[in-house]
Amino acid sequence: MVQLTLPKNSRMTTGKTWPKPETSGTIRKFQIYRWSPEDGQNPRVDTYFVDLDDCGPMVLDALIYIKNKIDPTLTFRRSCREGICGSCAMNIDGINTLACIYGMDEVKGDVKIYPLPHMPVVKDLIPDLTHFYAQHESIMPWLETKTNRPAKEWKQSIDDREKLDGLYECVMCACCSTSCPSYWWNGDKYLGPAALLHAYRWIIDSRDEATGERLDDLEDPFKLYRCHTIMNCTKTCPKGLNPAKAIAEIKKMMVERHV
Amino acid sequence: MAETDLARTEQVERPLSPHLQIYRPQLTSITSILTRITGNALIVAALLIVWWLLAASTSDAYFAMANAVLTSWFGDLVMTLSLWAIWYHYLAGLRHFYFDAGKGLDIPTAEKLGWGCIIGSVVLTVITLFLV
Repeated sequence: MVQLTLPKNSRMTTGKTWPKPETSGTIRKFQIYRWSPEDGQNPRVDTYFVDLDDCGPMVLDALIYIKNKIDPTLTFRRSCREGICGSCAMNIDGINTLACIYGMDEVKGDVKIYPLPHMPVVKDLIPDLTHFYAQHESIMPWLETKTNRPAKEWKQSIDDREKLDGLYECVMCACCSTSCPSYWWNGDKYLGPAALLHAYRWIIDSRDEATGERLDDLEDPFKLYRCHTIMNCTKTCPKGLNPAKAIAEIKKMMVERHV
Repeated sequence: MAETDLARTEQVERPLSPHLQIYRPQLTSITSILTRITGNALIVAALLIVWWLLAASTSDAYFAMANAVLTSWFGDLVMTLSLWAIWYHYLAGLRHFYFDAGKGLDIPTAEKLGWGCIIGSVVLTVITLFLV
């Protein structure tokens, strides 16, 4: 359901301003969303100052600087620090992206960091992605085959393999789905751009033999057709993929199989 | 265990992370919401026209009143905005047809078409005003 405002327990207050590092170098101001399940308080936005001369260039470097040197309670997910694992997805400077591959120099003014939008918060910058992952699972992210197993591997032509380019690179960081207003309002039933991009990835795989069943499953007023081609997904994808295009291709296949 | 920790925090009512409050407006989302707003506003505008016609078929006095409202400065403003809304909604509809054909879905093209809808609707409104 559309609810434009935040529920009472989710409204943010101004939080603590942490001391500036003692340095003669360049200092950058960070405003970061904080919420702990343990103190019974509403979320707050804390202010930190990062010494850029003592810190790497990416937003993730700054978060690690803060955690190591200012406030060890700041909580966020990170792993690969090179845009492959998708763990450090968050809202930086008003758009969703991966903190590890987003440079601080790409942000004008103070760096504002929030968790991925319209998600239940576990702690600080960590959203609960359980439902998001369940939606991915629901599109059967594997090859479904009906013919007997061949003696060797399932081969693909070069052309068929190329159809997967721009799809298989998705790291399931959830940036796209949580940038989508349609997913905000109907995320319980609408699958969202990430799951649909994956659905398309299996639909057009030449080795998959369940195309009909996959399309049947998506033929639903909510699962697929809550996409209104807003395109926030494609605009924000940190991997430069195009979920909007993948969804449009599924919609086209839906029409084509009826004519 | 991680799962136990997650279950424990679940007992606390989790806040919803901010969305509209913090997401930077995108050309893609603005052109989308404008399509909805203009579409809904045009229903109201259509009702106003129906009211005007009904008034004309009711009595001279009633028509004079309705006509006065609709041709007042406020009526002119509403009708001019409605004119813009028609043009915008029309162009946005054409853009959606193009999208539905699976075309123009890369960001540079989609944003160009978005600006096309916004600027085009204003230009077409001005032209229509001069012609009428």
